[in-house]
Amino acid sequence: MTESAAPYTSASSRVDEIYVNEGKVRRDMNVRRVGKIGLLIQPIAAYFFLWAPIVILVLFSFNDSRSTASWQGFTTRWYTNIFNNIVGSEARFSTSEMLQSFSSSIIVAVAATAIATTLGTLVGMSLARGNYPGKRIVDNLLFLPVVIPEITQGVSLLIFFNLIFGFLRDVGASPTPGFGTVIIGHVVFSLSYVAIVVRARFADMNPKLEEAAQDLGATPWVTFWRITFPLILPGVISGALLAFTLSLDDFVITFFLSGVGSTTLPVFVFGLLRTSVTPEINAISTIILILSTLLIGIAMSLQGREIAKNS
Amino acid sequence: MAFNLDLSGSSGYDVRQKRKGGILALPAVLWLGFFFIIPLVIVIAISFMQRGGRGEFIRPEFTLRWYETVFNQTYFPVFVDSIVLALFTTVICVLAGYPLAFFIATRKGRWSSSMALFFVILPFWTNFLVRTYAWRLILGNEGLLNGILMSLGIVQAPVQFMFTDFAVLVGLVYGFLPFMVLPIYSSIERFDFRLIEAGYDLGANDWRAFWRIMLPLTAPGVVAGCILVFIPAIGSFITPELLGGNQGLMIGSLIQRQFGGTGNWPLGSAASVVMMAIVMLALMVNAFVSGRKK
Repeated sequence: MTESAAPYTSASSRVDEIYVNEGKVRRDMNVRRVGKIGLLIQPIAAYFFLWAPIVILVLFSFNDSRSTASWQGFTTRWYTNIFNNIVGSEARFSTSEMLQSFSSSIIVAVAATAIATTLGTLVGMSLARGNYPGKRIVDNLLFLPVVIPEITQGVSLLIFFNLIFGFLRDVGASPTPGFGTVIIGHVVFSLSYVAIVVRARFADMNPKLEEAAQDLGATPWVTFWRITFPLILPGVISGALLAFTLSLDDFVITFFLSGVGSTTLPVFVFGLLRTSVTPEINAISTIILILSTLLIGIAMSLQGREIAKNS
Repeated sequence: MAFNLDLSGSSGYDVRQKRKGGILALPAVLWLGFFFIIPLVIVIAISFMQRGGRGEFIRPEFTLRWYETVFNQTYFPVFVDSIVLALFTTVICVLAGYPLAFFIATRKGRWSSSMALFFVILPFWTNFLVRTYAWRLILGNEGLLNGILMSLGIVQAPVQFMFTDFAVLVGLVYGFLPFMVLPIYSSIERFDFRLIEAGYDLGANDWRAFWRIMLPLTAPGVVAGCILVFIPAIGSFITPELLGGNQGLMIGSLIQRQFGGTGNWPLGSAASVVMMAIVMLALMVNAFVSGRKK
């Protein structure tokens, strides 16, 4: 290589003399050096920014001091406190209330996920495969709950239920806000996400498979359950997990729609956060953090297995 | 047009079934119609009504006074503040998110790339309330940041970080940064890096290649990210409530207060409608920008 390259060195250096401006080359190399350093430091700083609060929260939930200014030694007493009705000195806290709000969260999330997944899968399917008048309108309708701010959705449903309930009371019924209203609100915002995920799954699927099944004499019903559904199942599962996580995480809409007894865990925690900062809250937050991480772990391994099975 | 033959091979039953597809959309359409569209229409209607007397929230009488209130001296600054905070959040997210997305997209090997992505997404999946609250431990008067600053002797007394616009801004950027990273990441992943080499061959340096080739081609991701950050930022409620207190008030808190015990429904509704209008404006700007790109 060196031998064959040799005859060209003189020529190329002459070209360099003519065309290359040394100042520009130096400037360009400096740009590259600065860019390289920047592109190394920035991601490190960004990851630090994303993780520092979480790490600090977990760490200081074991700190043997009420202040978070410095580390004073290891303790688990904040964790024992929250299971013994103690938080801070003046804040009212009840362990049974916390556990009840946790079970409310689960009830709401399971119900909302079941409804949102069913409706979302159906509408996702109709958008992917159907060809009917008004399809564009349906598409845009699904897009709206994603872009309208949560607080507007919460407020508008609050007013809506208030008016409906007022009307029902005139008729003689006595409805109250509770699980029903919260679940309805959660379905509204998670439905679209399920539809988007399921539709994307359809886009990856070969429609010829369904045609083949029908050519072989399968009825549409059989085709759906034997061919279509197994193929879109990973999409349906991801959609359901997304709906479940969104429901568990939601605070704003639940805040407006929950009544006495249907308070979910985020609403319960918000009540505590507003009043004070105590190490016990760090402990509760850490438990929530671990629970949601566990949930994602399960979701991801489920999906991973599903992908492995299909590939 | 009369000879619009379908040669794609779709047979009779196929077409029939596609027509029927509309029925599958019906349950979702009804649900969203009842519990999303009708409530929104009611909010818009109520924003034009008078406030009711004893026991009644509204009186069906036309008025524009709540919109005047929204644009008067006590409420208008909150709107301006919210818009400015949301814009700052968006700009900071672009500046911080683009290099991060570039870093993730240019990892060698699928595994290290998906790990880099995973570590951005994981905090985003954990509870928003808890993540926002965690900043209190850092920014509080007895928080870690003040502890470090004081032990290093940089400051003598704790600096007031909490309950300022600064704390709200940090919380918003923290909460919505992944919304920026994900779309930019997916557009960088689809970007053909040979174009950069072509740029070099034509004499461009790194900066010029980025500015003239890469940025324009990954702009759709940036625009999508801006929309995904700006909308939740302008309507945010948890972040200003937990980190801003009475100093960093935003539209969300303003609206929420009108729906408490002695609230004013029509005023809260009018504020919601103005916020929706801002969101729609942002979406239209987005549609205009991406439409012109094509």
